[in-house]
Amino acid sequence: MSAVIENHEHDHHGPQKGILRWLFTTNHKDIGTLYLWFSFLMFLTGGAMAMGIRAELFEPGLQLMDPIRYNQLVTMHGLIMIFGAVMPAFVGLANWLIPMQIGAPDMALPRMNNLSFWLLPSAFIILLSTAFMEGGMPGFGWTFYAPLSTNYPNIAYFVFAVHIMGISSIMGSINVIVTIMNMRAPGMTLMQMPLFVWSWLITAYLLIAVMPVLAGAVTMLLMDAYFGTSFFDAAGGGDPVLFQHVFWFFGHPEVYIMILPAFGITSHIISTFSRKPLFGHSSMVYAMVSIAVLSFVVWAHHMFTVGMPLAAELFFMWATMIIAIPTGVKVFNWVATIFKGSITYETPMLFAIAFVVLFTIGGLSGLMLAITPADFQYHDTYFVVAHFHYVLVPGAIFSIMAAVYYWLPKWTGNMYDEKMGKLHFWLSFIGVNVTFFPQHFVGLAGMPRRYADYALQFAEWNAVSSIGAFLFGLSQLLFLYIVIKAVFAGKKATAQVWDGAEGLEWTVDSPAPYHTFETPPKVNG
Amino acid sequence: MRNKLGLFLLSITSFYTSADWLDVNMPVGVTDISKEVFDLHMAIFFVTVAIGVIVFGFMFYSMWRYRRSNNKKPAKFKENHKLEILWTVIPTLILVAMAVPASITLKKIYDHEAEEGGMDIQVVGWQWKWQYKYLDEQVGNKPLSFFANLTTPPDQYEYNRVEKGENYLLEVDEEVVVPVNTPIRFLITSNDVIHSWYMSDFAVKQDAIPGFINVAKTTINEPGIYRGNCTELCGERHAYMPIVVRAVTKEEYDEWVAEKREAMEQLAFLTEKEWTADELYAQGEEIYKTRCAACHQVNGAGITGFYPALAGSEVVMNDKTGQIEILMEGIRGSQMQSFAEQLNEVDMAAVITFTRLAWNNDKQGDGTIVVPKDIVDYKKGDL
Repeated sequence: MSAVIENHEHDHHGPQKGILRWLFTTNHKDIGTLYLWFSFLMFLTGGAMAMGIRAELFEPGLQLMDPIRYNQLVTMHGLIMIFGAVMPAFVGLANWLIPMQIGAPDMALPRMNNLSFWLLPSAFIILLSTAFMEGGMPGFGWTFYAPLSTNYPNIAYFVFAVHIMGISSIMGSINVIVTIMNMRAPGMTLMQMPLFVWSWLITAYLLIAVMPVLAGAVTMLLMDAYFGTSFFDAAGGGDPVLFQHVFWFFGHPEVYIMILPAFGITSHIISTFSRKPLFGHSSMVYAMVSIAVLSFVVWAHHMFTVGMPLAAELFFMWATMIIAIPTGVKVFNWVATIFKGSITYETPMLFAIAFVVLFTIGGLSGLMLAITPADFQYHDTYFVVAHFHYVLVPGAIFSIMAAVYYWLPKWTGNMYDEKMGKLHFWLSFIGVNVTFFPQHFVGLAGMPRRYADYALQFAEWNAVSSIGAFLFGLSQLLFLYIVIKAVFAGKKATAQVWDGAEGLEWTVDSPAPYHTFETPPKVNG
Repeated sequence: MRNKLGLFLLSITSFYTSADWLDVNMPVGVTDISKEVFDLHMAIFFVTVAIGVIVFGFMFYSMWRYRRSNNKKPAKFKENHKLEILWTVIPTLILVAMAVPASITLKKIYDHEAEEGGMDIQVVGWQWKWQYKYLDEQVGNKPLSFFANLTTPPDQYEYNRVEKGENYLLEVDEEVVVPVNTPIRFLITSNDVIHSWYMSDFAVKQDAIPGFINVAKTTINEPGIYRGNCTELCGERHAYMPIVVRAVTKEEYDEWVAEKREAMEQLAFLTEKEWTADELYAQGEEIYKTRCAACHQVNGAGITGFYPALAGSEVVMNDKTGQIEILMEGIRGSQMQSFAEQLNEVDMAAVITFTRLAWNNDKQGDGTIVVPKDIVDYKKGDL
């Protein structure tokens, strides 16, 4: 690949001053920044709730809160982390990186881009406002199973918040697809696209496919709660299991929405710091497409205990196990990329390596969960909690942190403090494992999830887990400090930043000018 | 295999004095199915460990061997088709090898047919207790039936004022007594929201869903007391509706059934007895603690926005018939259940009397009490 470095004659056409810049911006970099800061704020909010949960679970008995409050924290922690932290962080990265990686001047639909961001804070204000109302926040779990949720106070606020988040996601996805399909630099074929762009193209299609399903589920819920319908009410001829089928038809692709962009990020970082081209670029693409397609036919593995017929149980078990094959291919490709490289271990690489190892552990426990007879034991215990936190925290969230360290010099023009970055990594790495590994133990021993209080034999490992959670949670303040420091000061970064990095974003100055690639670069196959 | 693993875990953790540190694996259980499930679990566990050791071993070796200070010149290769085919085919074979035995076990679990000499117990999930109906043991014209409520006192879990007992949160007032070596079909359903009946020792976990009946068949091989939990979030007291199953010999089971029958016949006598307000109040207070205080609170104040207060309530103070009706029928669309099945006439009268006299309700309201005969009359339609 080669590229023409863009000129700077448009610098007079800079951003507006003050708060209006952020309210009215249509610039993909500004919107990316907004998304990332919003996501970080939500990450700290959801994290504070998680620490509240772990504090209550530090020892048996109710010490800090009643079970109503506890269930509210569990629910809001899940909703905030999924819809407020992980998804917006990936959208923020998409905004910053997709135009720069495909040599486009901006996203294809900049005004819609502004709207998709500003819908998000509105949605979360609506959702969080229930904390100040009689009846309080939703407390039925982020999966909001009917009929528990239909009888809950303040459910309308939850429903409307989810609708707004969904609209925001759909608009963001349309923007990503239109941008990638129409605005690639001349000469860049689909298969030549960087993997982060590929991962987002697939993610965007998943979002467009399943967000309307979620919207349907919450709408039916709203109708049941306020308009006398009985979609999910058995007494009125409805079907509570239908809710779960609809929810998980959204929910399982949603899980991959939160991990596919992480695959893209990890591929870039591992290749850069191994100073070696990524092993199996096209097989990575095929693997991601396979995972995305399979995500639509495995939803009921979340429901093995609802009493489905044997044939359905067998189908969903086998289909789920098949996902291990493309996922394995991805892990093997990353390892093969490292093999015979010339590797250095800067902070982004540490996070990416930890991603590969810990995501794989989460994947392997996922394989165990796919074995239906064993799942009758694992289901809805802390084993499941350990499993999905392994794929989401040192999975999705480590990849986001890796991405921030990796591209931060490009965004701010300053290198972050490497020593502090490594300290942040090691504290997070230890914290995350001390928190979640013991949860495998208590889960296998039979501790159910979403319990405000538990039997005495689980006390020891729960105490360990809580200590780990506080270590992990507090370490993130260090992350905040490192990022703020790099925004304002630090060693000046070169345009290339990392000597092994490849891609169009490294051909523009650091920090990236407000407008990039106004003249498209030329890409040779 | 089980014993070896146990020894291994024992040896690496023996320096801990507390046995609970060792509680890190699935129980083997006491049914044929649970033993098969345990073996499947251990097999897939060792497969994943082997995969982990190979992949991470190779990865860590590469990370160390090809660090920059040791290898200045990276290789340039991008693909290797033979290798890629190999690492697609081998995992596929491993998966098939796992899926086949899992499918066979699953088929056994899905044998739901009733068997000669077996029995059926209907399990109904309620917020937040389990009801058990022995469909094969009739008392009068109804099956033998009871509710199992948590007996761990709030002093242990809510206020932490007394030391927690050995079976903290795993103890109930009525154990499910079943005979060993008998195929038992648990027919699981729910009265309100979704619950899930989880008995790890039987490898049984089936959701209790309103409008559905799910079947879990199990044959318990060893006598003993087995404890389990609800595993589907069902509201705030989700953690407080444990399951206790006591498996006994066939003879002991028959004795237990006979005792149950006798107790139910005794009840007719108690219903006709003359009750004083003090007797009803004392009995009602105990019932209030286990059945009502979870929502309406020990002090009768309820929880604003969720559960109405009983202290100072117009119905509780001045509308005796209205109150009986609420307890008998429940309030549709709210979490107030019907207690008609849950409380017998004496207990129902006692708990109503208690609420009408407690918290100054007797001074502010009409102070009338409810006797068991009132409940009998209500059931006949005479009240």
